[in-house]
Amino acid sequence: MKRTIPLLITGVVGTVLVVAYFIPHPPFDSLREDFSIFFDIIASVAFILGGGNLIRMHGSRISRKESNWPYSVVTVLGFLLTLFVGLTKLGNPNGFLGSSVTTSGSYFYAAYEYIFRPAAATMFALLAFYVASASFRAFRAKNAEATILLLVAFIVLIGRTFVGELLTSWLPDSLHFLTIPYLVEKIMVVLNFAGNRAIMIGIALGIVSTSLKVIIGIDRSYLGSG
Amino acid sequence: MSRFMTIVEKLDTLDKRWVFLVVGLAVVVSTIFRLTFPERPTPMVCAIYEKIESLPEGSRVLLPFDYDPGSEPELQPMADAFVRHCCEKGLVMYFIALWPLGQNMVDGVIRRVLTVEYPDLEYGVDYVDMGYKAGNEGVIAVILTDLKKLYTTDAHGSSIQRIPMMEGISNIRSFDLILNISAGYPGLKEWIQYAGTPGNIPVAGGCTAVQAPLLYPYHPEQLLGLMGGIKAAAEYEALLLQGYPKFRNDKNRFQTALTRMGPQTIAHLSIVFFIILGNITFQILRRRRAQERQSQQRQE
Repeated sequence: MKRTIPLLITGVVGTVLVVAYFIPHPPFDSLREDFSIFFDIIASVAFILGGGNLIRMHGSRISRKESNWPYSVVTVLGFLLTLFVGLTKLGNPNGFLGSSVTTSGSYFYAAYEYIFRPAAATMFALLAFYVASASFRAFRAKNAEATILLLVAFIVLIGRTFVGELLTSWLPDSLHFLTIPYLVEKIMVVLNFAGNRAIMIGIALGIVSTSLKVIIGIDRSYLGSG
Repeated sequence: MSRFMTIVEKLDTLDKRWVFLVVGLAVVVSTIFRLTFPERPTPMVCAIYEKIESLPEGSRVLLPFDYDPGSEPELQPMADAFVRHCCEKGLVMYFIALWPLGQNMVDGVIRRVLTVEYPDLEYGVDYVDMGYKAGNEGVIAVILTDLKKLYTTDAHGSSIQRIPMMEGISNIRSFDLILNISAGYPGLKEWIQYAGTPGNIPVAGGCTAVQAPLLYPYHPEQLLGLMGGIKAAAEYEALLLQGYPKFRNDKNRFQTALTRMGPQTIAHLSIVFFIILGNITFQILRRRRAQERQSQQRQE
């Protein structure tokens, strides 16, 4: 029973959603809408599960004093404090029922604005340094393929700046096809299009076959049975 | 070993901290001196601008903000530019978020642009914040057929029924344009697949530069225009400056993307410099090793 019911739900919901795409008429269209709403409700409840899982995982790490456990303390404290100031709307200028939890002036807003936001932006900004370092080490013309990759990366990098335009602006109109902006456009619109479309079609076919296996019940890995 | 070869070997194994220092200096110096460069708008950016220009006053634009503070420095200038353009054209804006922190991004643009630059616009009449909903593409699938089934209140808890501009809105097909800004999943791709294509609604938007190549294949049939990263945002600002001269007054406020392109340009150039340097040292050393191998073989 523990396995049959989830398999049945998956099979019925999957089949109805596929059929509803091709026959958007009653009863399939309303069923699709209902299933989508069920999904949204489950997704909302998943936040509670996610929070519980976070506490459980980091709690056990702290109790066992595993490596880097002080970071887990920071995570749990950060989570609980944010949850507390968010649920109680602490410091909210218009009181508990007055306005949204994100109202300027509330503790929740302060936590977001002065801790989370700069920290997240800093983490993202660090990428620039790692990209520079990785480019220095990895973009080397070791063979023909690497040389092509290097040339393309070089053109796109330069072409993404004003310098790209400046470098080849002196070329006559008859040689327009050699200008860096033109080359960048062709790389992105022709080569990238073709490569990405091929990858996307491949992925889509893979998703179709995997989904069919799940709907039919051949693939049961989502039940934890492998 | 000659002095030259010693230098080449040192450069080949250059400590990454030197790379960090050069990139850091490039960004800091160009930020301090506020370097800006002229931008020539590309066709994909022009397509979005022209689409907004072509919409009659009062047209409904859905603005899903699906990003968070991590990508805010890259995406916030295009969000501001889109909103400014919609305001100038007298379009009605519906903000929505599929990312939990997208709600904060909407709050930010309302606080930064709408309440400061367009105080005459009225909440509920000219713009509305419908807030965040969990469910990713599931949300889009529902509002494709019935928006009010999922959105019963706005972000502040007011009933949707009491918001004047929600009259006549039944589903996504009630909108004239979807203008999404996204930094990943769910984002522009989901809006194209679950709303734009099945609902036959024009979709355009902006995304981070790394995401753009994955979205180009949808252009032009399913995606009328795409803005990738701060460069495209700068191009859009350049278009706004051409079309609306009043934006030339305050560089700090209206030209944030153009200003941010300065540090990006210098950072790109420093990366290009390191790539060239790395390849020169690599080729010199490779040639030398080949010569050494040849002389060793001859001796044997």
